[in-house]
Amino acid sequence: MAAILQVNQLCVDYGNIHALKGISFLVNEGEIVTLIGANGAGKSTTLNTIAGLLKKASGSVTFLDADLSHVPTHKIVPRGLALVPEGRRVFLQMTVKENLEMGAYARGGDTIAQGLERAYALFPRLKERRTQVAGTLSGGEQQMLAMGRALMSNPQLLMLDEPSMGLAPILVDQIFEIIQNLHKSGVTILLVEQNAQAALSVADRGYVLETGKLVASGTGAELLASPAIKKAYLGG
Amino acid sequence: MEFLAYLISGVSLGSVYAIIALGYTMVYGIAKMLNFAHGDVIMVGGYVSFLAVQNLGLPVLPSVLLSMAVCTVLGIVIEALAYRPLRSAAPLAVLITAIGVSNLLQNAALLIWKAAPRVYTPVVSGSVQLFDGQLKISYISLLTISACLVIMLALMVFTGKTKLGKAMRACSEDRGAAELMGINVNATISLTFAIGSGLAAIAGVLLCSFSGTLMPTTGSMPGIKAFTAAVFGGIGSIPGAFLGGLLLGVIEAMAQAYITTSLANSIVFLVLIVVLLVRPAGLLGKYVPEKV
Repeated sequence: MAAILQVNQLCVDYGNIHALKGISFLVNEGEIVTLIGANGAGKSTTLNTIAGLLKKASGSVTFLDADLSHVPTHKIVPRGLALVPEGRRVFLQMTVKENLEMGAYARGGDTIAQGLERAYALFPRLKERRTQVAGTLSGGEQQMLAMGRALMSNPQLLMLDEPSMGLAPILVDQIFEIIQNLHKSGVTILLVEQNAQAALSVADRGYVLETGKLVASGTGAELLASPAIKKAYLGG
Repeated sequence: MEFLAYLISGVSLGSVYAIIALGYTMVYGIAKMLNFAHGDVIMVGGYVSFLAVQNLGLPVLPSVLLSMAVCTVLGIVIEALAYRPLRSAAPLAVLITAIGVSNLLQNAALLIWKAAPRVYTPVVSGSVQLFDGQLKISYISLLTISACLVIMLALMVFTGKTKLGKAMRACSEDRGAAELMGINVNATISLTFAIGSGLAAIAGVLLCSFSGTLMPTTGSMPGIKAFTAAVFGGIGSIPGAFLGGLLLGVIEAMAQAYITTSLANSIVFLVLIVVLLVRPAGLLGKYVPEKV
């Protein structure tokens, strides 16, 4: 298994606050890797920095053997790395179809039709609502739209930031089922979650982030079984 | 018949406001800033077309095209030098910078082209006579009204149907998310300024053709009025800017004709205040419910 994403000694500061204090991890091709941790641990910071939305203080991010240090955000997507941001951030005033088209912005015209077909197959609800503006969708539908939109760029690595946030339990199950289906179809996934139980049960491997540092790592099953993790993140 | 004549004069003046307002609203909609220098780009557009005819001996159409080219470049340069470094600054800082750029352009024009008003020859002359000569409509009015309609429709098709236009709307809603789609936000904002400034050049030519004069402050008042028109119609909305511009022109013409010339501007702004009291988002502006 080859590593497609390597994060090395990554440090990120917000002014005087050190949000990430030198974290290192990797994602191998075909894996689901999860970063779990409490609020403010630095999970979203990690993903946003990899995607280029935040500037790092030091360290490196390597994707498909290329250093991403000086690559602006809009040039990272075409390399095959897509982020579904926290809070979904779909374009509320644009239709579902337009949102999906934006996801394929960096790609050629012919592939849009294929991409739409794939997105509609994965999320039939989006097909029903394709002419509706995204602002009228429910939270769960917006999450599906955000995921569908990111998939339009046909990424090799899909980063998901808290996809289950604010969703009803039945929808959470649905979202995790979709994540597993995507994984089976060959997409490598880096998943950030507060719902550690759900994340670890679908993940091949996991890392535990605590106030800007990685404090534990292991396979999903190992972390689920670890007494310390159980106590801190899985409600005893 | 008299009323009809005033109405046509109001609609043509309103069309000039509308073209300027479309520039304001495009830039506001996408870059989320009020480019108060927009009115002064209009003035530059007027001077370039004037000098191209006067000094270079160019025919009308090439002089207008040259003026559009110069203003487009000017718009891109202003954005890159003055506004881009302030991308993450407080809105107030950007606003003050825009006022500064406006002053800079006016004073540069004063220095280069001097304060004395120039006589601007309209780009088209003559008129059509209707009803046995009782109603005269100048060709410049007809040109202005049709230019305004074409520009508005073109902008609606551009932002509604084209890939670039949709990317602009995406940037307008969420720059970070737009970047994540692979959209180059800086380039998109540049393009918006280019379009707005190109429109300002057209507005400059038409405005000077109406008034027949040109001086460094030519763009100020129409700029402010067009900004008012854009707010009136719902800032950020393309049909709103169009409607706001037309209404503003008509209200101004009617106030001049039937109330008093000296209070026409006050009446225009009074109407604006009343409309905003009733509809704070403007005539066609809307609040979109947000779901988090």
